[in-house]
Amino acid sequence: MKVIELRDLTKDFQIGFFRKKPFRALDHLCLEVEEGEIFGFLGPNGAGKTTTLKILMRLLYPTSGSAWILERPISDVSVHARIGYLPESPYFYDYLTGEEFLSYCGRIFGFGPREVRRRTADLLDAVGIGDARLLPLRKYSKGMLQRIGVAQALINDPRVLFLDEPMSGLDPLGRREVREIILQQRQRGVTVFFSSHILPDVESLCDRVAILNRGRLVDCGKLTDILRMEITSLELVATNVAPPQSTQLERLALQANRLGERLHLRMADDGVVEQSLRLIREGKGKLISINPVRESLEDYFLKAMDQSDARDPGQGGTEKREAGS
Amino acid sequence: MKIGHIASNTFKESVREKVLYNLLLFALLMIASSLVLSEISIGQERKIIIDLGLSAVSLFGTMIAIFIGIGLVYKEIDKRTIYSLLAKPIHRWEFILGKYLGLLFTLLVNVAVMTAAIYAALFYLERGLQWSHGLILWAVLLIFFELALTTSLALMFSSFSTPLLSAAFTFFLWIIGHFNADLKHFGNLTESSFVSGLCDVLYYLLPNYGNFNIIQPVAHLEPVTASFVGTSVAYGLLYVALVLGCSLIIFQHRNFK
Ligand SMILES: Nc1ncnc2c1ncn2[C@@H]1O[C@H](COP(=O)(O)OP(=O)(O)OP(=O)(O)O)[C@@H](O)[C@H]1O
Ligand SMILES: [Mg+2]
Repeated sequence: MKVIELRDLTKDFQIGFFRKKPFRALDHLCLEVEEGEIFGFLGPNGAGKTTTLKILMRLLYPTSGSAWILERPISDVSVHARIGYLPESPYFYDYLTGEEFLSYCGRIFGFGPREVRRRTADLLDAVGIGDARLLPLRKYSKGMLQRIGVAQALINDPRVLFLDEPMSGLDPLGRREVREIILQQRQRGVTVFFSSHILPDVESLCDRVAILNRGRLVDCGKLTDILRMEITSLELVATNVAPPQSTQLERLALQANRLGERLHLRMADDGVVEQSLRLIREGKGKLISINPVRESLEDYFLKAMDQSDARDPGQGGTEKREAGS
Repeated sequence: MKIGHIASNTFKESVREKVLYNLLLFALLMIASSLVLSEISIGQERKIIIDLGLSAVSLFGTMIAIFIGIGLVYKEIDKRTIYSLLAKPIHRWEFILGKYLGLLFTLLVNVAVMTAAIYAALFYLERGLQWSHGLILWAVLLIFFELALTTSLALMFSSFSTPLLSAAFTFFLWIIGHFNADLKHFGNLTESSFVSGLCDVLYYLLPNYGNFNIIQPVAHLEPVTASFVGTSVAYGLLYVALVLGCSLIIFQHRNFK
């Protein structure tokens, strides 16, 4: 089943009062997301990710094109009972406490008082702000707001989850927690559609990704297909290696950096790494980490952006935004 | 039911507004000072208390309606609290109606407090209350409909413009609306059929606040006819329905940026 389907979604923004030519934020975007997928929606600032999500949430009306969620047109309000949405840098009623806010959301979905109480308590714990449940949202930190935002998106056990930069503003622990929540949701069969800038999170979570630039789809597919996932080198970090061995290590490496007692080495392959490990042991040093270096999404991202910018420097038909307008 | 939840949240929101308490305090002060004024106006004490008291309810109620009404929708958009709400299974009209009813409830509570103050002042003056004092409630009822109308106007303007402009528009209509009867009168006097036609159109188009004002007769404890009250209430309901209808249409087409 296609859980999310966008067909030729286009959005023009009127900028300025007298300007005739609108700014095209989305340009004939077509996308399909299958049931149970974790779908990453990527693109640089201003690519149109938030615009797309807002259109799906009925907050913006598309200039043309159409979209379906769970095989219903997005204008159908009943669809919204089965989805959850976390807005970008969310902000909620600051005079409500976390608990009151979630109860309010629960009641909007039509749950009874007991049901609301149960869901609220569960979710507050699930997103790790159970302690702050009686604190007004005004006093929440950015990360806590982000968490309560995730909680309100989950209050109705949605079938589809739309998250606009769910990791932004979270500390590493928070990011891991959100990652876990997303994975849990997938296990329950929920389809997750999320936009993000944080590429490692995308890499570790997504089944498929779409890359958007200037309102146009640049690429879409399985991460492993989009990226050549081959390992290009290995990065090795060690400290306190005695001098003779450390110089040897530096000679072995493709690239070496020394930061105080610390050695950062880029090694070509496993064989060299084996050798290095022996040297580190001999030099009474300590191994800190070994990480494979792949063509990362980042590399790909930059490449794709460059290509698409080169293909279409002037945004055919619509005016390019000048600074300050 | 969703409307009810939105309304109750709106009520919670509005009772946190400081301006509400300031206005309520002023209204109560005005009612209290009517007691002082009545001391120096022999024979007119009761009339003064009722007159000033009801005027306070109308005036400060209007200010509350405007000051809070203009922010109702604007704030939700400005602070982006509307994003997560409208993504939930509610229609936009439910949102607008919930907001509107929430503020009406706030107004109801405030009007009730002010009315209680008027009765307290009367009780103090006359060492008791009489049945005829019940007339005041009719005046209060009509004032409430006046406030309902003003609130709907503030809500309509705020669904497409800034709070400042909305306040200006609403206040403007509120003033014009008090001279509406004069407009009709003027139309009848003038020779030009164009001007008189225009006056007629404006007369029917603009809100007629005169319909809600029975403060004078009530202050003299003259009986009011049920048909007058009924007509005014019907007029208020119709006008509010139209204005809310416009707000809904405007709001329905808005993009939230
Ligand atoms: N209300 C608006 N009026 C005019 N232009 C807008 C409006 N909203 C968005 N845009 C423009 O549309 C483009 C897409 O914006 P959008 O917020 O969707 O980007 P995004 O991909 O979410 O970016 P980010 O990663 O920074 O959140 C941007 O160029 C933005 O300037
Ligand atoms: Mg965005």
